[in-house]
Amino acid sequence: MDGEPKTAMRRRDLLALIGTFAGSAAMVQAMTSLGFAAESTYKGPIRLDGDPKGASVLVLGAGLAGMTAALELRNAGYNVKVLEFNNRPGGRNWTLRGGDTFTELGGNSQTCEFEPGLYINPGPWRIPYHHRGLLDYCRRLNVALEPFIQLNHNALLHASKGFGGRPQRIREIKADFQGHVSELLAKVTQQGALDATVSKQDKEILLEAMKNWGALDSNYAYKDSLVSAAVRGYAKEPGGGQSAAPLPGNPIELSEILQSRMWRYLRNFAVFDFQTTLFQPVGGMDAIGKAFARELGDLIHYNAKVTRIQQSGADVTVTYADADAAVHQEKADWCICTIPLSILSQIEIDVGAPMKAAIDAVPYIASVKVGLQFKRRFWEEDEAIYGGISYTNLPIDQISYPSTGFNHNGRGVLLGAYLFGLPSAYEFTALTPSERVARAVEFGAQIHPQYRSEFENGVAVAWNRMPFTLGCAGYWTEAARAQHYENLCQIDGRIALAGEHASYIPAWQEGAVLSALDAVTRLHQRVIKS
Amino acid sequence: MKRARLRAAAMLAVCVTPLLAATADAQSSSGAPAAAVFSPGFRFVESDGESLYRNVCSACHMIDGKGASGAGAFPSLAADKRLEAAGYPLYVVTNGLHGMPPLGMFMSDDQVAAVVNYVRTHFGNDYHDAVTAADAKAARH
Repeated sequence: MDGEPKTAMRRRDLLALIGTFAGSAAMVQAMTSLGFAAESTYKGPIRLDGDPKGASVLVLGAGLAGMTAALELRNAGYNVKVLEFNNRPGGRNWTLRGGDTFTELGGNSQTCEFEPGLYINPGPWRIPYHHRGLLDYCRRLNVALEPFIQLNHNALLHASKGFGGRPQRIREIKADFQGHVSELLAKVTQQGALDATVSKQDKEILLEAMKNWGALDSNYAYKDSLVSAAVRGYAKEPGGGQSAAPLPGNPIELSEILQSRMWRYLRNFAVFDFQTTLFQPVGGMDAIGKAFARELGDLIHYNAKVTRIQQSGADVTVTYADADAAVHQEKADWCICTIPLSILSQIEIDVGAPMKAAIDAVPYIASVKVGLQFKRRFWEEDEAIYGGISYTNLPIDQISYPSTGFNHNGRGVLLGAYLFGLPSAYEFTALTPSERVARAVEFGAQIHPQYRSEFENGVAVAWNRMPFTLGCAGYWTEAARAQHYENLCQIDGRIALAGEHASYIPAWQEGAVLSALDAVTRLHQRVIKS
Repeated sequence: MKRARLRAAAMLAVCVTPLLAATADAQSSSGAPAAAVFSPGFRFVESDGESLYRNVCSACHMIDGKGASGAGAFPSLAADKRLEAAGYPLYVVTNGLHGMPPLGMFMSDDQVAAVVNYVRTHFGNDYHDAVTAADAKAARH
């Protein structure tokens, strides 16, 4: 196995990445304590000053990285051409609507049957407020945004063995966990257990804070009272007229919460990547890809499968096959290649051994998303769940309710499963598309029994089966980063790489944008100096 | 120091999550004989080579072992001469290769050996020098 990278994927590393996306709380905790939650370093639009004197750049891939690079280079005066494998722009920036058809590896085709106006984003689906680069492009390209609801206190937490399998309200688990912990802390504070570490004055304030934060009563107890009900909700909500007085409910016992492990999920609402405000483009995530493509117009050449990337001291030559399998060659002075490493590692490319080793060192994560259409928005009508995410330990991991189109009669589409990186993601991928949909319905019905009568149709995207990525996203271990990341990001002769895989924000669109801006900036400096 | 403690605590939190239940049944709309299995947490629960292949490997290498091709390809494992040396599939399963993750990280040594032995004796492969769990263990870094 000469030349094969020794990239030992440690489970710990994987957990960290998994946590960022699927959002299982303990894994997110692993992530943040390992220091992986990286903030965008975007500093505003780049300035590519100086005349490139007609230099040409061939960009490979019309995903967000490729189109960011193409747009900036064109604006700076370069001759730009983009080659794209798919017959559409965007890459993983993708939205499925009624009538859309796609075929996965293995040959199974699906046609989305959603009613007009309904959609699912099978790839990226939320934009944190701190992804400043992507947000800036949305602003510049007039992509309308609306809030993406991550936390809905009235959505559900579910554990197959906790609470007899009955879903619990996030609001109650959160309030009761916080209340019980506050009560315990207040108790030990009063007993003097913290006297060595907390001053007398701070002790008073701490007790006051626990009462405030935990909704404790005047005796620092967390129990059924209108004080706790103001946070956890009521057994009988306040009304009008006669018999309108509210009644508090009984908090859930601390031991039940602890043993159900539902406290794990609360981190999904606390970590940096999932903090409000999050956004989504109005009408579907692909509004971003389409907006870039409108700007670039016929610079993008679709249905081009790259088969060879050569370079000499003078230029770059890329060989590609068109839809009719005819082979073509395209020459340029420079090349920005955003092809996912899962694919680039299989393409003959003239780069030095360090960059080639880096290209070969990054495995791709399995992920599956399932969109389900229902006859009515029962989650709103029956359960007052407007947007947000319910989390479960079933293989579907979560159910996300639409963040738009609230409170109207008619059909709706849920994200009925989002598996990421874990063994179950491979197992779900191994199913046929119709089996994936059927399983998502079957599991989801354990949380919402209405599934059984209201389900109409669904669509399932397993990212390993997508011909244009062969996986969801690049996965870096700490060890692989230390060994290969800088080599991946070098300009090798006339070739530079970009994409989420060339960033510290893997699998997020912001990573693609930032890596493209960095590659373009460095390439431009080289061109101007040469 | 504090960081190390945090890390240890985080790992503990990750590992102590046994509430997930394995789900499996014998129903398969494609009429496949092996049951669909959904493993809870971080370990595959399938134990025999056929179940592991059908539920894990076939996600990419396809149910007939012939792989598939798009912008790049998942290699065919059918009548694959590279499987003659058992060390090769052992290496790939435990260490990954290019875009393929080291799926052996989710498997015991017994599972790695079982799935390697399965692939080397199916899909037109006829290599009967079975590997053992000890071989799988040795292949891990």
